[in-house]
Amino acid sequence: MLRLPPFDFHTPGSLAEVLEIVAGEGPETRVVAGGTDLWPNMKRRHQRAERVVSLMAIPELAGIHAHNGELALGSTTTLEDTVRTRVVAERFPALARAVASISSPPLRNMGTIGGNICVDTRCTYYNQTEEWRRSIDYCMKEKGTICWVAPSSPRCWAHTASDSAPVLCALGARVEMKSKQGERIIPLTDFYRDDGIEYLDKAANEVVTRILIPDESDSTHCRSSFWKLRRRGSIDFAVLSVAAAVWTDDGDRVTDARIYLGAVGSRPLPVTGLAECLEGKVLDEETVSEAAALARKTATPMDNTDFQAQWRGVMAARYTEAALGEIAGLEPRALPPPHLL
Amino acid sequence: MAEPIESDQQEEIRDEPGRHIGQPFRRVDGRAKVFADDLHFPRLCHLKLVRSTVPHAKIEKIDFSAATEVPGYLGSLTGRQMPKPFGILPVSQDEHALCIDKVRYVGDPVAAVAATSEEAAYAAALLVDVEYQPLDTIDSVDTALDEERDRIHDYGDGANVHKRVSMRFGDVETGYAEADLVLEDTFFYEGNTHLAMEQHATVAVAEDEDRVTVFSSTQTPHYVHRALAKVLELPPSRIRVIACSNGGGFGGKSDIFNHEIVAAKMALELGRPVRITLNREEIFYCHRGRHPTLMHLRTGLKKDGSMTAQHLRTALDGGAYGSYGVASTYYTGALQTVTYDLPRYRFDGVRCFTNKPPCGPKRGHGTPQPRFAFEVHLDKAAQQLGLDPADLRLRNLAEPGSVTSNWLQLGTVGLRRCIEAVVAGSGWRERFGKLPHGRGLGLACGSYLCGAGLPIYWNHMPQSGVQLKLDRSGGVAVFCGEAEIGQGSDSVLAAVVAEVLGIELADIRLCVADTDLTPVDLGSYSSRVTLMVGHAAHQAAERARMLIAKAVARRLDVPLERLVFAERRVFDAADPEQGLSFEDAVTLAEAKWGTLGTTGSYTPPRAPGKYRGAGVGPSPTYSYSAAVIEVEVDPETGLYRPVHVWIAHDIGRSINPVLVLGQVEGSIYMGLGEAMMEEQAFRSLPRHLSSALVHKTPSLLEYKSPTFHDMPPVTSYLIEDPDPLGPFGAKEVGQGPLLPIPPALANAVHDAVGVRIDQVPIHPHMILKALDEKGRGRQARYGPAAFPEIDFGETLIVPTPAEGGDGRALDDPEKRKAHDMVGETGTMSSRDEALKAKDRALTTK
Repeated sequence: MLRLPPFDFHTPGSLAEVLEIVAGEGPETRVVAGGTDLWPNMKRRHQRAERVVSLMAIPELAGIHAHNGELALGSTTTLEDTVRTRVVAERFPALARAVASISSPPLRNMGTIGGNICVDTRCTYYNQTEEWRRSIDYCMKEKGTICWVAPSSPRCWAHTASDSAPVLCALGARVEMKSKQGERIIPLTDFYRDDGIEYLDKAANEVVTRILIPDESDSTHCRSSFWKLRRRGSIDFAVLSVAAAVWTDDGDRVTDARIYLGAVGSRPLPVTGLAECLEGKVLDEETVSEAAALARKTATPMDNTDFQAQWRGVMAARYTEAALGEIAGLEPRALPPPHLL
Repeated sequence: MAEPIESDQQEEIRDEPGRHIGQPFRRVDGRAKVFADDLHFPRLCHLKLVRSTVPHAKIEKIDFSAATEVPGYLGSLTGRQMPKPFGILPVSQDEHALCIDKVRYVGDPVAAVAATSEEAAYAAALLVDVEYQPLDTIDSVDTALDEERDRIHDYGDGANVHKRVSMRFGDVETGYAEADLVLEDTFFYEGNTHLAMEQHATVAVAEDEDRVTVFSSTQTPHYVHRALAKVLELPPSRIRVIACSNGGGFGGKSDIFNHEIVAAKMALELGRPVRITLNREEIFYCHRGRHPTLMHLRTGLKKDGSMTAQHLRTALDGGAYGSYGVASTYYTGALQTVTYDLPRYRFDGVRCFTNKPPCGPKRGHGTPQPRFAFEVHLDKAAQQLGLDPADLRLRNLAEPGSVTSNWLQLGTVGLRRCIEAVVAGSGWRERFGKLPHGRGLGLACGSYLCGAGLPIYWNHMPQSGVQLKLDRSGGVAVFCGEAEIGQGSDSVLAAVVAEVLGIELADIRLCVADTDLTPVDLGSYSSRVTLMVGHAAHQAAERARMLIAKAVARRLDVPLERLVFAERRVFDAADPEQGLSFEDAVTLAEAKWGTLGTTGSYTPPRAPGKYRGAGVGPSPTYSYSAAVIEVEVDPETGLYRPVHVWIAHDIGRSINPVLVLGQVEGSIYMGLGEAMMEEQAFRSLPRHLSSALVHKTPSLLEYKSPTFHDMPPVTSYLIEDPDPLGPFGAKEVGQGPLLPIPPALANAVHDAVGVRIDQVPIHPHMILKALDEKGRGRQARYGPAAFPEIDFGETLIVPTPAEGGDGRALDDPEKRKAHDMVGETGTMSSRDEALKAKDRALTTK
């Protein structure tokens, strides 16, 4: 079987110790939580580390608490615990649905919400073994010089692979990071960069500690939905996901709407032009299909995951219709993915 | 033995269930399985193969110097230390344990290193520096046909063609002339791999400098034994191969693999035990899976649906080595005639070498591709003729006991009952063609071998042998070379012996798949084990029964034929109180005869076909299956999902119905995987930048195969009609039920949304595209555009039984001319002329 290369492993009992270890270190020191992303990547040698520092022995990093008008998700809260926490399921059903769709039960038992928002971007030219990547002379995301998905492009097109990210972006969540120098809290939408390699605004010495979701995005204030496209009913990463959140006034007219697309760009892509399209209008067949057309324009699916890229673009429209249709209570048109049955 | 054995007659087939036969029983090997990777020996070391990172190149230099610096490094090997070639078929001895001069695909093993730990072996392997001089990359059948490109092998049928086959049984052009409808279609079936849960593993233990034991996950220990003797250049008697329990095979462990030979060589070199367990990626490179196959069908049908003639052309992308490929090529044509009556039949096939992992046998070996084509083709024919697809098939059923146009001898044919069962179960008559848009039903059938009629290498010995040892303990030890791959062959073997001797499964001790200790059985492939091992075990057990019966008859003073063996006793049927325990009966027999042992063996009947290529296709008998799939299709997205599968399988008679159902349901699962998503697909990079050719998704995450989450509900019907040619009437079930699944799905999609998808796997974008085409008033179809012009070589002409043939090909040029009365380009002689020419040919015979 594929085996991990040798490295030093630390399991400090406090965040201060973690921050001490990572301070001043470069990318050769990595922080790990559940390890469901890092370990396979290290086995395949496309992520490397001399030293790995685990967050899992720090009890205060896990847990979900409401305070100050926000719901705070501790970064090492497991995905399974996130789904099973009633306040999440009741107040943020789209988030619960997204997290419940991640991979498979064993991986949800290990994987964490903080790990999921940081999950490495993916590409079928990159998520391969060392020997396979030698066979294509590597790619610009690791060791090589070319993006094989778009060889004339100056950038890497690896796609975002987080299911929680598009929902949390749509809900206006913020992320809290700590380092020895202090802490900073930024909107999650600013956390992601449109680049397959440098995809996070996070320094190597910063540790994600909490994710904060504002109360005004909960189910008493807005309606949200999450649709995920993938080959099978379990295990698979999304090849497209649509996270939608809609705020309406007393007359059911849209006051704010946000849609983020997952897996069809290097970061969760905001569907642009939505305000002009929906604000002040009621969600119906017509407005929904206009919004879907905008989603089709936003999506930049590439041939670097499962399914035909062009069809995934078509599906961005269909699944946007489905997600908004679900919010609006319209008759469903698309065959729902197996995990929604 | 003191007395010759005289009684070998087969037991009459009884319909009533036996004590074991026909009863669901717990498999005898269900607990405490030991797989090759579980084995441990003192001083065990670890082997890693260094695999090619280029698709086609000459090897310039192999430098181990950096690898030797890794702590724990023990030794290395290159191909020059094992110069003898090997290959599963005698005609394709084209592999080396490690590449010698050139590499032929990404993943081809070039060198090997051993170390004290798996980690060290991997680290050392990554440091082996191989220099290559690139050659042309051959990535498809099209490029393989190009004479200008570098050749992958220096043998074969020209360019990068491995094998050309062309044969004609009867005058197909006359058949087309008689037809009311002549239908033509082109189909494509993508390659896919076996995906057994257990990853191939081998442990080799050297007992001396010229004696080695090899434990391996293999379906064919006998063939591995032969190849090891050849490559290691040791007498076979110094090599012992033990097939461990296999965690699935599906044909993927029926070849001889590089790592098996290299492990043995390394163990002999180092004088210590060596283990290698391939990682999942390497298994995609071992492959030997389904050949990607482009097919063209031309079939003549009458208004009533009966078929008059068919011409099938196939082009197989074989990958980098021969493997079973010659047989696979023949198999794409051989079984077309077994399901339905095809009075005239022509088959042309070609297999090409490409720079990809070699293809070989996967469940259904070469037949699921043409079966998909044929069954979708028939669905279209039914539509055009205005017939119900079920009726069209019922109209054309093969005749039980008949000899087909290509000279295959059929046994029982349970297809009618299979079709009737799934038609009734699915509500076909009420629902087909009448479901709302987006819902559909599809029907398809299939048939398969119950064991290949001929062994892989030519010999006159039995294909299966069983030895029994009985002693005063009352237990019976059964020795047989068969390999358990999870299908339940151990259980079949034990049940047959226990049934004949009237004892319990717990009284049986099995010793299987050990070339030192067990008589040869050719292996677990071609659905041969139940039938062939079953017969051999039956014979051995009958012989033991006779020895015991003679001793008991004398003691009880009752006639031999009145003795009954049941409930662990031997007793007088007329007076059941009169009898002995089985243990006492064996003791009596041992006292009378001396040490008790019997053997049994099985050789299939000779096939009537005598032409070149007639060796592929014959089987003692054939199994039949029919399936109906209900599917839900979303016309907005092309997404679809099978809602229910009804399947009926003509098993002859179940030895153990639980195992039979397991095989049926497993075949459905695998068939749906092939139909819906599985692809052994390859990626090339922009030509001006790279000559790379890599497997797209060599991992369990990205090579998509259904999970149980994606499996629809299944209703299975076992059609039991004992076949006198099978042991207790049994036929195969391991492969046949896969065959109807892919075409039934494609046919169901058509019933749901009115578009034809003429290739598998069926991806949703294909349905959407075909719907789009339909919406634009064009052909409502997605599939390959055309079949290329291919030279299939000289056509073998074989008169059919109906034409009074004798199973031989016409090699006399005059007779050939007479039979070859119709131009190959389709310029027709008149029917009268053709018939006259045929008569002339027959009278001159």
